[in-house]
Amino acid sequence: MSAIADAAPGQGGRWTGPLDPKPPASPNPAEVAERLENIWGDAPGLRGWFGTVDHKTIGVRYMITSFVFLILGGLEALVMRIQLAQPNATTLSPEQYNQLFSLHGVTMIFLYAMPVLSGFSNYLWPLMLGSRDMAFPRLNALSYWLFLAAGIFLYASFPLGAAPDGGWFGYVPNTAREYSPGPNIDVYCLGLIFLGISTTVGAANFVVTLLRMRAPGMSVNRLPIIIWGTLTASVANLFAVPAVSLACLMLWLDRNHGTHFYDIAGGGQPLLWQHLFWLFGHPWVYAIVLPAMGMVSDALPVHCRRPLVGYTLVATATVATMVVGFGVWLHHMFATGLPVLALSFFSAASFVIAIPSAVSVFSWIATIYTGRVRLTVPFLFFTSVILLFVIGGVSGVMTASLAFDWQLTDTYFIVAHLHYVLIGINLFAVVGAIYHWLPKMSGRMMDERLGRWVFGFMFIGFNLAFLPMHWLGLIGMPRRVWTYGADMGFSATNLVVSIGAFVFATGILLFLVNIATALRSGRPAGPDPWGGPTLEWAIPSPPPVYNFAIIPLVATRHPLWEDQLDEGSERSQLASGFLLDNGKETLGVTPLDGEPDVILKMPGDSLLPFAFSVAALVLFGGLLVGSAWIAVIGGAAAIIALVVWFRPHPTPEACEKVRIYD
Amino acid sequence: MTGTGGHAADRLREIGWGLSAVSVIVVVLIAGLIGLAIARGRRRLAAEGDGVGRDFGGLSWIYWGVGLSFPVLIALAVWTFIVTRAVANPPSPTALTVEITAHRWWWEIRYRGERAADEIVTANHLVLPVGIPVRLLLTSDDVIHDFWVPKLGPKMDMIPGKSNATWLEADRPGLYRGQCAEYCGLEHARMAFTVTAVPVNDFRRWRREQLQPQVPRVGRGAAVFTSACSACHTVRGTGAAGILGPDLTHFASRPTIAAGVLPNTVSGRLEWLGDTQGVKPGAAMPQVPLDEADRGAVAQYIGSLR
Ligand code: HEM
Ligand SMILES: [Cu+2]
Repeated sequence: MSAIADAAPGQGGRWTGPLDPKPPASPNPAEVAERLENIWGDAPGLRGWFGTVDHKTIGVRYMITSFVFLILGGLEALVMRIQLAQPNATTLSPEQYNQLFSLHGVTMIFLYAMPVLSGFSNYLWPLMLGSRDMAFPRLNALSYWLFLAAGIFLYASFPLGAAPDGGWFGYVPNTAREYSPGPNIDVYCLGLIFLGISTTVGAANFVVTLLRMRAPGMSVNRLPIIIWGTLTASVANLFAVPAVSLACLMLWLDRNHGTHFYDIAGGGQPLLWQHLFWLFGHPWVYAIVLPAMGMVSDALPVHCRRPLVGYTLVATATVATMVVGFGVWLHHMFATGLPVLALSFFSAASFVIAIPSAVSVFSWIATIYTGRVRLTVPFLFFTSVILLFVIGGVSGVMTASLAFDWQLTDTYFIVAHLHYVLIGINLFAVVGAIYHWLPKMSGRMMDERLGRWVFGFMFIGFNLAFLPMHWLGLIGMPRRVWTYGADMGFSATNLVVSIGAFVFATGILLFLVNIATALRSGRPAGPDPWGGPTLEWAIPSPPPVYNFAIIPLVATRHPLWEDQLDEGSERSQLASGFLLDNGKETLGVTPLDGEPDVILKMPGDSLLPFAFSVAALVLFGGLLVGSAWIAVIGGAAAIIALVVWFRPHPTPEACEKVRIYD
Repeated sequence: MTGTGGHAADRLREIGWGLSAVSVIVVVLIAGLIGLAIARGRRRLAAEGDGVGRDFGGLSWIYWGVGLSFPVLIALAVWTFIVTRAVANPPSPTALTVEITAHRWWWEIRYRGERAADEIVTANHLVLPVGIPVRLLLTSDDVIHDFWVPKLGPKMDMIPGKSNATWLEADRPGLYRGQCAEYCGLEHARMAFTVTAVPVNDFRRWRREQLQPQVPRVGRGAAVFTSACSACHTVRGTGAAGILGPDLTHFASRPTIAAGVLPNTVSGRLEWLGDTQGVKPGAAMPQVPLDEADRGAVAQYIGSLR
């Protein structure tokens, strides 16, 4: 009781009523653990497997699924690189190449880059925030199952030879029915709408989780940066995704139901598509790097044995990036012939957006410089992120230059730039994060020696594959070409690029081996192998299903480093605090200060998210094949699932008593 | 960025090298700083052990880093706007207007004349007078394409329903390659064109020649052309007046066939006619069923359309 009163001064005023401290029911820790295990554990068998709402299971599934898509997208890329290794090659037909590059882009952007970060955030958020789950566990399960279903929907077209072939941004009218009569683009439109539901659901869940599901005392100035990153990305997605869903819906209507949104003959506007798409697309590309930058900001300092330099600046820069990120979409349209004056504003904004990125870069370097560096594999990956980010950043500044972008846009320079950003900031950060957090997730360490090889192959292969591409773009090689002539001077460079791609792929393969051996026979990790500062390292590895037996009380930004940092007398309480073992419960707090204000009854397993997703898959499948019957069956099933989901059910006891374990 | 042929491209090349140089310097500097930071951090670890240290400051890095990046970015932005102004408008009023309409996957090129009768139409081959800025009006007949001659200047989209005006000037005579730069479907990779920049007098002569109609000819090739090709192609002066495909009136004066796919030689023409869909799958021209003799004759006929 006293501990809480110390740590949470708001207690006197607000913290009355339902949160009435009572002595614990079962003071024996082992007994408590067993009770919680029973309350939080999944149902046995298939029901539990399909019905689980545990954020950790969902997070891991997200990560595994997105890695499967990464590998599929990577294989597509390798086939493309075989075709492009030599001039005038005929390994692929133009149609095959066009489907491959389009599916590769769609896969990497939509099915890998965002979901892998959702997976990490899903896994880490409650652990870092000191909570037992996300705000809406069933919605969480729903967003995963919808993602999987949308991925299956998009990929089912591939073996049928009807994969999207309009590029990842599907410009109209190349994607209009008249010029693309097959089902390829319908797959794209419906697939993106489908996936958009998943993203939106997930984003709403993150936002509410942040507002409500934190340990007492976890005020906004104590949040890890990855939380800032994912939060910013989620808020942005709530605004951005509707633009692309609408754009896709209108395209689908144009293609199938005779509307004329984009059709000039009917008074429509092809450029409308580009505006809507990039209004979504640009914020989205920040959404798929900000959480990854957050991982670096949180994990790199652990290996430098000191807190991040400039926490407040970095958190502010994260948000600022996104705000400005909503004002630069026209830089994807510099060559569309819009008025130069209008374009100039967007060019200027695109220069400005480099500033918040510079904040992160210098914060990371300063953290290394003033830290005590352990040369671990995660450290190598996170540090390489800095360099690759800078390369992708300066090439980004080059494309921000309106005049010079008139040369660069739609060339291999852009292909180089986007891979530096996406692989450099997303994939390298993710791989580093797996080395860093897999011990937490699995309880086992990854082999550092093999890890260094992985790093070597990935880093050298990546730069070999993508650095020369800048040159290809500068000497005039357009992107999205299935072949090129021997007399154009592109041949030697392309061969180097292709070799680099295979070296890089070897690195990824070794990485998978590294994970597999770690899971099978890795050294046990213990709760805190790296000596980390944040709450996830306070609990066993792998974490128990209920995360925290006792909800911690947070007093500083680095609860596990308080003694070493000696930043005042405040101490977080990890071993005493709220013990909620009266049912599946966790604590809700006030949005800004993180003061406890309600006990939340958490929902148990449910097959409804899975059922709804299957029904949605049937619905979208029916729409795709143009069968009203199938669509109606799917739609009706989805509605039934929703009705069951939201049926009136008895509210839990009006007044829950809180217990304190001391 | 090498071997430019005009002053817009020169300006772009300058800023391109400038931006590249700044980029390389920044990357090298940062790489150096990272190396320095790691060395320093390693030394600290060796000296102080790997316990968690206090917050040793370091904020000044961010202030310095941002403080130095900001003026550089401003300078680059200002330079950008100067170059943008220079490149967006021609140095002197344009004396010649060329309308280019993109089709999947070829270029229709129309030189406007003062009178309707002065107008000439060609395809996939742009001839420019050296030293004279030419106004281009770009549009598309189907999907979005993009007009780009890397060595002569900026690219510009060709959007259906919209006419984008830009300009082009070659200051040095030569042969330049142009290419569609916006993904436009199946044969996007092979939607190229050639630009020849010639001295003004040669340009005038070329234009006069292009204005001449062909004289109707007798013979097997001409006959086959009329029956098998004229539904889509025009040869001014003869009966052939199709408008679906490129105007072939002076076909033999163009360096390539099918937007850069084959050289315009005897064997190139035979190959194109013999296996149209094999050479350029998806092209709007169907495989015309001709026996070998007819094919030879018609190839010879179009080869004579100087
Ligand atoms: C082995 C690794 C990879 C290789 C060799 C590779 C190679 C390629 C190639 C050859 C293209 C087509 C370029 C063109 O024809 O214009 C491409 C496009 C693209 N790649 Fe990758 N890639 C790799 C990994 C990734 C990753 C990890 C991501 C994202 C996280 C990614 C995102 C994209 C995107 C967005 C496009 C553009 C697609 C479009 O034009 O619509 N790639 N890549
Ligand atoms: Cu084109």
